[in-house]
This record gives sequence, C-alpha cells and structure tokens, in this order.
Amino acid sequence: MAAPSAPQTSVRRRGLFGANAGDRAFRWGTLLVASSVLALIGVLAYELTTASLPAMRQFGWRFLTTSTWDPVHRVFGALPFIYGTLVSSFLALLLAVPVSLGAALFLAELVPRWLRGPVSFLVELLAAVPSVVYGLWGIFVLVPLLRPAQAWLGQHLGFLPLFQGPPYGIGMLAGGLILAIMITPIITAVSREVLQAVPVSQREAAYALGSTRWEAIRGPVWRYARAGILGAIILGFGRAAGETMAVTMVIGNRPEISASLFSPGYTLASALANEFLEATQTLHTAALLELALILFAITIIINALARLLLWSTAQGMARGVRE
Amino acid sequence: MSRRQSLSRSRAREARRAAANGLMWAFAALATIAALVPLGMVLYYIVIQGLPALNLAFFTHLARPVGEPGGGMANAIVGTLILIGLASAVGLPVGILGGIYLAEFGNHRFGAGVRFAADVLAGVPSIVVGILVWVIVVVPMQGFSALAGGLALGIMMIPTVIRTTEELVRLVPVSQREAALSLGATHWRTVFKVVLVAARGGVITGVLLAVARIAGETAPLLFTAFGNRFWSARLDQPIASLPVQIYYYAIAPYDDWHAQAWAGALVLVLIILILSAAARYATRGRLRAIR
Amino acid sequence: MKPGWLRVGALAGAAVLLAAGCAKGPSRGPGGSGQVTLTGAGATFPYPLYSKWFDEYEFAAGVRINYQSIGSGGGIQQLKAGTVDFGGSDTPLSDQEAAAMPGPVVHIPTVAGAVVIAHNLPKVTELRLSGETIADIYLGEIRRWNDSRIAELNPGVRFPDAPIAVVYRSDGSGTTSIFTHYLAAVSRPWAGRVGAGKSVNWPVGIGGKGNEGVAGVVKQTPASIGYVELAYAEHNRLPYARVRNAAGSFVAPTIEATAAAAAGAAAAMKQDLRVSIVNSPAPNAYPIAGFTYLLVYRDQRDRAKGEALAKFLDWALDDGQAFAEPLLYAPLPAAAVELTRAALRTLTFRGKPLLAEK
Repeated sequence: MAAPSAPQTSVRRRGLFGANAGDRAFRWGTLLVASSVLALIGVLAYELTTASLPAMRQFGWRFLTTSTWDPVHRVFGALPFIYGTLVSSFLALLLAVPVSLGAALFLAELVPRWLRGPVSFLVELLAAVPSVVYGLWGIFVLVPLLRPAQAWLGQHLGFLPLFQGPPYGIGMLAGGLILAIMITPIITAVSREVLQAVPVSQREAAYALGSTRWEAIRGPVWRYARAGILGAIILGFGRAAGETMAVTMVIGNRPEISASLFSPGYTLASALANEFLEATQTLHTAALLELALILFAITIIINALARLLLWSTAQGMARGVRE
Repeated sequence: MSRRQSLSRSRAREARRAAANGLMWAFAALATIAALVPLGMVLYYIVIQGLPALNLAFFTHLARPVGEPGGGMANAIVGTLILIGLASAVGLPVGILGGIYLAEFGNHRFGAGVRFAADVLAGVPSIVVGILVWVIVVVPMQGFSALAGGLALGIMMIPTVIRTTEELVRLVPVSQREAALSLGATHWRTVFKVVLVAARGGVITGVLLAVARIAGETAPLLFTAFGNRFWSARLDQPIASLPVQIYYYAIAPYDDWHAQAWAGALVLVLIILILSAAARYATRGRLRAIR
Repeated sequence: MKPGWLRVGALAGAAVLLAAGCAKGPSRGPGGSGQVTLTGAGATFPYPLYSKWFDEYEFAAGVRINYQSIGSGGGIQQLKAGTVDFGGSDTPLSDQEAAAMPGPVVHIPTVAGAVVIAHNLPKVTELRLSGETIADIYLGEIRRWNDSRIAELNPGVRFPDAPIAVVYRSDGSGTTSIFTHYLAAVSRPWAGRVGAGKSVNWPVGIGGKGNEGVAGVVKQTPASIGYVELAYAEHNRLPYARVRNAAGSFVAPTIEATAAAAAGAAAAMKQDLRVSIVNSPAPNAYPIAGFTYLLVYRDQRDRAKGEALAKFLDWALDDGQAFAEPLLYAPLPAAAVELTRAALRTLTFRGKPLLAEK
C-alpha cells in the first residue's frame, strides 16, 4: 500500500505478511492519534460555541465592535480585549524573536560544543518558572525598574503617541515585556534544534563555494530551517496570546484602547481568567466564553496568515531539498 | 577594469563580507546575553525569596494554618510529580506519534488540518483547557481528580511536542532513511529505530519544554485536580500541586505564606531542572555526529 | 528500543505507580474506616480563617474538610454542579441565582470583614474621607490630591499637588461587591453610572489582580489609592483612611467597628440572612463591611456528610468564632448567631432535621 503522499520514503513491500501489517498498523495507529488532536479542537470549538450562544444571541456582531464591558448593566463588548491581545502578543514577538533567533544562532553555531549544552539548558530553564511567579516578579521587580525607564522615554520621546501618559510602570509595555521573556525559551530552544538539525552537507557545500559562515546561514541553512523556525515562532505566539496569570498582574487590566504603551490594557485571556472564577450570571459567563472563542478565531487567522507566508516563500528549494 | 581595480573591489567585498560576518556574531552574542539576563534576574529573585523558607519541614509537612510554624508543601510536591507523570502519559504518545504522522504521512489536506489544529491548540488559554476538562470529566464524575488534572495538563503539552517532533523528524536527512530501507527495514522500523533516534535530541527538547510549561500552570488545575490539604496520591481524588499551592499562598496577606510560596517556586524550578538533566543524560548518544 | 528511552520511561512509570500505590499517612478516601471527608470551594477572603477552623475541627471531631479558595463564583459553580459539599461566597446568591440552583440553598454567615481604603501618601498620617469623596475619586471627578473636597475633610493636612492614581480590583470579587454596594448607597452618580457588583465597569484607574495585587500596586505607586481587605492593608503596612459613616463620625476599620456594623443588621437578618451591612446606621460602625457566607443545600443527599456538615457549621458559629479576631475578622454578633443557628436547623436529610434542637 504505497502511500501516494508519503514524502521522503518509498515504502517497500517486503512480500512478508508481517512487515506489511506492521506498516499498516503504524500508519493507522499514528493516524488515529493525529485525528485525536483534530477531534480535540473540534470538541473545544463546539463547547465554546454552545456556551457563548446566550451572548451571541444578545449582542450579535456588535460584540466585536463595542468597547464597553459592564457586568452590572449587562453590556459586553470585546474590542478592547482584541486590541490588547494583538498588541501585547505582537509586542512580545517584536522583542522576543530577534533575541531568540540571535541566541539560537549563537548556541547552534558559535558556542563551543562543551558550552552548548549548559547554556541551552539555562535558556530552557526560563520555561520552568511558573507563570504566577513571573507575574509576581513582574510586579515586584520589573515594574519598579520600568517606571524610571518610562519616565525617561516620556521625557525624550514623548512626542510619539507611543510614549505618552503617566509612567506608572504597569501597562501594555510591562505586559509585552513579560510575555517576551516568557516566550523566549520556546522560540530559542526549538530554533536551536532546527538549526542544529540542518545537515552538515548543506553547510559544507556553501563553504566549498567560499561563503562566510554568515552567508552559509543566510542561504542554504535558512532555507532548510525556515519552516521549523516559523513553527517555533508560532508556538511562541500561541503562548503569548493565551497567557493569563503573568500578564494580568502587570498589564493594568483596563479595557481601553490607547495608542500609548504606557497605558493599561487588557487581553482576552486575562479577562477570562480574572472574571470567570467569579462570574455567576449566565450572560456574563457566556460573554467570557465568547472572548475565548474570539481568541480561538484570532489564533486560527494568525496561523493561516503565517502558513500563507511560508507557502508563498517556500516554493522550490525548501520542499525540494527535503526530498 | 584594470587588475588593480578589480583587486581592490574584491578586497572591499571581502572586507564587507567579513564585517557582515562579524556583525552577525556580535548580534548573536548580545542576543544570548539579552536572553540570559532576565533568567538570571528571575532565578536570583526566586532564590533570594525562597531559600530562607526552605527547610526539612517544607519537604515533609503538610500546610499549616497561618501563624503556625513548621508548615510545608510535601503533598504538593508529590502531587506535582504525579500530575507530570499523568500529563506525560497523555501528552507524549499523542505528541510524538502525532508528530511522526505529520512528518511521514501528513502532506495532504488532512495533515494540514491536524497541523493547524495543533497550532491553534497552542494558543488556547490554560483556563479554557481546564474548563473543557471540567465539563467532560469532572462534572460527569461528580468530583475532582488527579486524572482530570493530568488530562488537562497533557492536552496542553500536545502542541509543543507535536510541532517539535514533526519538524525534527522532517529534518532527518533522506540518506539515513534510504540507508535503513535499503538494508530491508520496514517503514515503521525505520522511523522508530533510525529517524526518531536521530531526531531524539530535538524531540526531547520539545518534551522538556512542554513539561516545564505545564508543571507551572495553575489555572487548568483549579477546576480539575482542585487541590487537597491532606495527603493523597489517589488518582480519583483531588490532589495538591505546587503551582496551585504557590498561587494560594502568593495571594494571601501573610509574609510567612509568601516566603513559602517562593520556596515552592524554587522547588518547582529545581524539579524541572532535575527532570531535564536526567532526561538529557538518559538519552545522550553519539549519533549527533552523523549529519 | 534504545536503552535511553526505556530507562527514562521505566523510571517515570515506576515513580508514578509507586506514588499512586502507596496512600501515605492516615489518608483514606471517603468511606474508609468511617471517616468523613467534606469538600468545599469558594471565597478567598476567609481562607486563612477557614484553614484554621478546619485544622482545629479535625482535631476536635475527626472530620476532614478540604476547602480550596478558587473564588466565590467558582464555589457557587461547583456547588451547582454537585462537585463540592459546600461553597463559600462573599456575596449571597441573588434570587435569580438561587432559583437556578438544583435545590434550595441555605446561607450561613460565618464572619464579617472590613474593606479599607489604603493609600500611598507617605506624608499623610491620617486621611479622612467621606463616601461621596471616595465615589468622586473613583468616578474621576476628583483628580488631584489637593482638591478642595478632600482638603475640607482633612483640616490642617497638606496634600501633594499630584494626580490620584486610582487602583481597583480587576478580578471579580466579594471585596469589589462590598465596596461598590457602599458607593452605590452613598453616591447617586455612582449608582446611576456604575452600579454595584462583583465586577463593574470602572470609569478610571488601573486594575490589580487580587487583594494582593491591589496592595502591591498601591504600595509601589506614589499618590495612589485602592481598596483591600483589612488583613492585606495590615500585613503590607499600608496606611488606610477613616471613613465617615452614616452617623457622621469618621471611623477606622477596627474589629469593633466592623462588629458594630454587623450588629446593626440583626433586625434585617430576621427576614433573610442575606443582608448587606454597608453604610450601617449604627453610631460607631465602619461603613464598608460585609459578611462572608457558607452555602449548603437545605436537603442533604448523604446522611453522614450532611450530619458532619451541620455539626461543623454549628461548631463554627460557636467555638469557631473565637479564632476570628486574631486573624482580623469580626466575629458574628450574638443576635446573628441565634438567627443563623435557626437557619442551620432547617437542614434536613430525607425530611428529618440533621441537627437536634439544643
């Protein structure tokens, strides 16, 4: 049963019953497991949609454009949270991706082999810190450090709407920064593994043609590693968008839309975490779960865009090389 | 173009290329430092806050009400280990086998769908996973359990493991597969004995990242494993865990509970450190040289 | 399989089985050796007191109670779903919410607590505020500390010319409920624009997560103001304001003042134990206070658990009250205890009351 879509391997029929059965079991077994992931998302989407129905019926599409969140008067709107999630996640990516890729590059290419293990290990250790602890560290250490930094930024670059407003320390900038720190280990570790997995032959070919190490990386190594690194970034984005505890402690939790990084903000995930444990009205709970559904949709959209990006730039070499 | 001109041009080009090279290394080194600085600050803070409260009682006693000395998080430590075990029992098979499926057979629409689903799952807030498991496990069981908690955490492990496994398996050079196949190995044997072994380092990294992340999650456990003031290692009863205990202590007004919360955070990081070191040691090998 | 995988896998599996296999210590599941274990969930505010109670009660009666402070709403949700035996909530169920529960629910007030107005004005030793000024600050009407409306309540005190950094609770909570009910009671603009509840649409300010979060933000942000439970202000050494009560005096949030507020509600409790005690008319009552409740189903389904629950609640109303004050909670006034005991006696199992008349 030659799989028409099996990429790299040609499954050889051995003619012996045992081998075929083994391969069949392998294929169907892994297929079953993979479908369970799809099923899981399906169940999640279903449960979230059913639970949000009361809010969807009440507000319809206005939910996405209203800026008020008022549990007392039962008016709910998701716009400030959508804004907050997008801004904080992209800010986190903006800060984390250069640092993570740079560190991954360093660890995969430059660092002497004996040092690579320990330093990679240290970076991955960042992932072991509980999010609650990040939040507390954020309030007690990061925010007091940010306050003078924000004051300085406000003084010197205050003409930019990005840096206006009182320098409380708590706000979108603190939120983005904490998220950046939290997603760095994932992006670094996975990118490092991907870079390390690029076959030596590719680099050797480039060196044979006289390229510097940087040129080798920019060329064949990057084309090989590109998909994996994008995967790492997507994982990072997912983590940033869905993070609750740490963000909610430093972002100010104010559902408002403001151009300034110093203003407080609110994300979909934080609002959900903050209010779900206490919400008792059906409409309130439904509105909160609709926020979760919106986050779900945002993740889908961003993922689709990322894939489109990869697909459009991957024509040719990347797929070809793997064959 | 005269020889001199062409020579100076190529020297200039060489200089540019060397400069670009050097710049990259400088940037990479700085980036690594930038990544390590927050780590240092956070770890330092945890140690400074937590070490004073770390004593034998912490590891052997249960929680005591506020103001009474000698309290500890013994049941939470055991609980976290059990939950990590249960989560891995769910997350590892699904993640690794799923990743293998995607890498070996997944180049069609269904595979794209699964890949997409895994990436979307990565973005689901932990509290939503907890609510889901509450609806499908806790309410029917009419009670909280370690199993429900393990399931919730296991679900959260899946995206990282599946993604990493797929990418790393894909990157194993075709030459290695072909070598195995040409020796008469079946597909599945090739995958498990050659490909996965070659990709093992990366897969382990994915697993450890996933474990590190779920070990510190609070929100999904609040509705599933719940928490337990008493000793319990039973899988069908509520179970204590470090992140939940840390959370309760951190939000209380008392300084000695705060100190214990930090001590708990320190112990959690140490647990992950030990698990990671053990996993890396157990799966070290010489195959990295073959690339 | 490579030995590496096998080793790691075997070790991990063995560890899990070992841990799961040996139920260490005297822990036995429910029904084992006749020991009853009760499960409860809910409010975080009384958690320190409850954990003391459960400890003492286990020693006194051998009943184990596992309570997790996942929040008042969480407690109600879990009680509704039947996954816990009792819930803890800082706010009582509204009639609508009570109707949505699978069975009639009895509210048992356990203690009362004060919500204090903490501030970060290091040079101000004693701040006096009235309900209206607090409402105006939280509405954004009063923006600076040296506003005349604050000055006239505090003759002789110098305030900095600084904007007021307003801090509120971002997570839904009983503390917010008490605070907003108070503001709605004393300020018509607040009642009209914002209203009262566990989560509201705050006109101005930044949100801290939890009492600890608000205390942390207030402590770190100069010229800030925030509302927290008394214990948090005390333990974080945050100065707090004296608030003018309905009788006109500026009262500090002491245990006595809170108990006075609770005592003032005794008459209303005869109708319904779910009373609000904010803005109490009693002369030395602190105006921003509230009860915290334990919620149980009136008709218990398990005899052993029902009895254990009823006996525990009885103990809580009696011996338990002694533990309240050292932990900065106000014990219930005698009249309230009597009324609550009467409510306890309505708990039944298959129609028969669980608690014998004393």
